[in-house]
Amino acid sequence: MSGEKLVGIVLVSHSAEVAAAVAALAKGLAGGAASVRVAPAGGTEGGGLGTSAGLISAAAASVDRGAGVAVLTDLGSAVLTVKALLAEGDELPKDTRLVDAPFLEGAVAAVVTAAAGGDLAAVEAAAAEAYSYRKV
Amino acid sequence: MLDADFFRRWMTAAAASVDREAERLTALDAAIGDADHGSNMRRGFTAVQAELEKETPGTPGAVLMLAGRQLISTVGGASGPLYGTLLRRTGKTLGEAPEVSAEQLAEALKAGVQGVMKLGGAAAGDKTMIDALLPAVDALGDGFTAARAAAEQGAEATVPMLARKGRASYLGERSIGHQDPGATSSALLIAALAETAEG
Repeated sequence: MSGEKLVGIVLVSHSAEVAAAVAALAKGLAGGAASVRVAPAGGTEGGGLGTSAGLISAAAASVDRGAGVAVLTDLGSAVLTVKALLAEGDELPKDTRLVDAPFLEGAVAAVVTAAAGGDLAAVEAAAAEAYSYRKV
Repeated sequence: MLDADFFRRWMTAAAASVDREAERLTALDAAIGDADHGSNMRRGFTAVQAELEKETPGTPGAVLMLAGRQLISTVGGASGPLYGTLLRRTGKTLGEAPEVSAEQLAEALKAGVQGVMKLGGAAAGDKTMIDALLPAVDALGDGFTAARAAAEQGAEATVPMLARKGRASYLGERSIGHQDPGATSSALLIAALAETAEG
């Protein structure tokens, strides 16, 4: 567990409002998570619904502290754009990972785990585990 | 042999075709998707054309790599990373040769289509761009004109299919009876290639 270098979190949604609100919710629910870098990358650069490769790259660079970056996405083009950027090799920081997790629940788990100093694998596992959280 | 100029002309023809057909692509997408395919593709290929005029890459591979990068950055929908991957994987396979043969292009496009299938997880018959692209690359051995016909038939053959990928898959049986917008734009891309080859 590293005290200084925390895993960064990027939240990619088709909607700028959704990405920003989920980021705020996850940080709020994580309590003392002020030290964790969480960046939303929502919508297109023009403010519409969609996915922007530029916003994703900028968000990932802004949260990278050398401990890796976990990227969570909502649907369709958000998933495909992150995968395409990862395939490029140089568009995202080293140790950036697309995390297979439900967007909101996974974001909360990822931020809490990153705040506790968990490494990238721990953040990924916590976010993915959110799939098994049953509501009924 | 096909040089960088041939590939620039292909991209220019594709941009013109997408621009001409944007309303039709959006109308098809309105039936089973979110009604942005035409405007997304137009924005992407307009950016491709502007970038190719500014950068003038010197090899076939470099033209396709640059075009694919622009599509990933500017389209804003799933077609951006999908078409971007198609062109970039094809370009990467062509390497740094200043000229390539039609056979080499056919092989490289096959690799590009495989890349798209891996990225999107779609197979033949899922009512996607793959249903136009796979028959087109299979027919390329018989020439560009045969590939165009195969792509158009492939796109038309998506009408009775049930969508299994993307937003249209949420519609279930209601996706039946509509031509897939992605297969339609893929047929436009192959038609632009044939148009370029025929001169």
